Amino acid sequence: MLELRDLTSGYVGTKGTVVDPVSLSLEAGDFVCVIGRNGAGKSTLMRTISGLQPALSGDALLAGQSIPAMSSQERAQSISVVTTDRVSSPGLLARDVIELGRQPYTNWRGQLTNEDISIVEEATYQAGAVTLAPKPFDSLSDGERQRVMIARALAQTSKVLVLDEITAFLDLPGRVEIMALLRRHAQQTGKIVLLSSHDLELSLELVGQLWIVHDGELSFGSPDALITNGVIEQAFDNSDVSFDPSQRRFIMNSN
Amino acid sequence: MSQIVEPVFARDHSSKIAIFLFLFSIAVVSMFTLSYGQVVLGVDRLLDAVFSPESDPIATQIVQDLRLPRVFTGLIAGAALGVSGVLMQALFRNPMADAWSLGLLAGGQLGVALIVTAAAFAGPAAIAFLTTFQGIGLTSGALVGVAVFAGLMVVLSRRVGTITLLVVGLMLGFTVQGLVSIVMHFANRVGGRVYSGWNDGTFAATTFDDLTFMIIPIAAGLIIAIASAKGLSSLLLGETYARSLGTNVQRLRWLTLGAVVLLVAPVTAYCGPVTFIGLIVPHFARAIAKTSQILPLIPLAALSGALLAIAADAVVHLPWEQHFLHLNTILAVIGAPVVIALLLFSPTMKGST
Repeated sequence: MLELRDLTSGYVGTKGTVVDPVSLSLEAGDFVCVIGRNGAGKSTLMRTISGLQPALSGDALLAGQSIPAMSSQERAQSISVVTTDRVSSPGLLARDVIELGRQPYTNWRGQLTNEDISIVEEATYQAGAVTLAPKPFDSLSDGERQRVMIARALAQTSKVLVLDEITAFLDLPGRVEIMALLRRHAQQTGKIVLLSSHDLELSLELVGQLWIVHDGELSFGSPDALITNGVIEQAFDNSDVSFDPSQRRFIMNSN
Repeated sequence: MSQIVEPVFARDHSSKIAIFLFLFSIAVVSMFTLSYGQVVLGVDRLLDAVFSPESDPIATQIVQDLRLPRVFTGLIAGAALGVSGVLMQALFRNPMADAWSLGLLAGGQLGVALIVTAAAFAGPAAIAFLTTFQGIGLTSGALVGVAVFAGLMVVLSRRVGTITLLVVGLMLGFTVQGLVSIVMHFANRVGGRVYSGWNDGTFAATTFDDLTFMIIPIAAGLIIAIASAKGLSSLLLGETYARSLGTNVQRLRWLTLGAVVLLVAPVTAYCGPVTFIGLIVPHFARAIAKTSQILPLIPLAALSGALLAIAADAVVHLPWEQHFLHLNTILAVIGAPVVIALLLFSPTMKGST
């Protein structure tokens, strides 16, 4: 359903190519973790797929339709995005933020229909944000804000959800909870979920497909395949820590 | 944190009550301003002045030539400034932004001053021309000035923080006031007359003919403001989220800025730099609407801006022994403490640089 054809992400100018051309396709219901070191290019890649920045070359297609060629409204209906940007909006209730997820569907005034309202309520429930909804958005903790932003993305009812390092501020139980929630959502509704994180060990447990961005290249496959062909060691090992394929976790080097 | 669950309809409810109260208060203050002043007119003379002008020439002159234009000017200017404040605060993502605090009014003032001065130096023919086409000349001078300064602040806002931008804007205002005084010093007296007493802001300098030149751009600005409201609401989440929600951010920025220029320039041209209304009114509107989504704020900001404007004007024009009070004096006494409170207690302003 989501297809990348020689998609090259990066910037025009000195920064140049960030992630080399990649071709792959994802099916409905796929839950993918995008893993890589800081600055490896995960965000650039995900922004490119979401159509928030132009690709250097190649194309990303959703159900056969080129994402960059979509109108901004069509794109908003097809792809929802959650980022690490710390949003601060005095005066907005969490509920307001979730309702903004319906903007791609509402009329020029942004008026919600009864259907919009029930979608918002369902998304709020799915993301576990029911008790947060009536509170001022700015009064929430980082983890609670992420929950609200996820609810907003769910309310956008797009085929693809792109979530960039949203678990960075959360503690381990919080991370597991969010990732399990997204996996469940992908499986139950047939959406494609693309989640970038630093959390390799957790991702190995949870996902069907892993993308590893390293040295400007994207390697993809099932966790087992990537462990077997040594991509993970290549991407993450350094003098202090190395990945142990048998235990599926990092261990400190004893030297 | 209170746990009170506020149903969505309750918000509309409180907005509706507020709108009704604003309209009622505006009617009361307007009636007061029309009947009260150096000459006190009873309801009967007021009605005569409006409906049978021949029967009471003195009352008619006072009401139709002096008080009615002043009330209309105050209502229009206050509403325009209130709405422009909502737009500016959303556009700059800065609760202290407003056409005055970011120096846009100063830009308009400078534009008008330059046009008048140029005409003064060009000679009597230009003055005559300016007097004939005063409305268009002044408004377009202000439009250009406001637009240039608005562009300047947009560029600057990408480099500096909230408070820095605010201080720069206020300093621009002082600079322009100085420049205008210097220009007036050298300009012909006739030219200077066009904006006498202008640094203080006044609603008393307009005639019914001038009102046309205020209403047309302001109405256009208002329409653009309403059309941009949905996009501006999404911009509350920042540019990336706005774009991911389908908002064309670049176009929205230009449209909103255009609306601000159209709303603010005529006010500057005819009333001078009217302070604080655009800065504080959006905060009242948000408190009443209990949201910062843009569309519900527009009518609230327009009405509370209009009310604040004519109420301040009413105080200025009470039958004082001597005339020392100015519009901006009253607005500063109300507005400055509100701004100080916002700076000290608003969570977004605390600790921001």
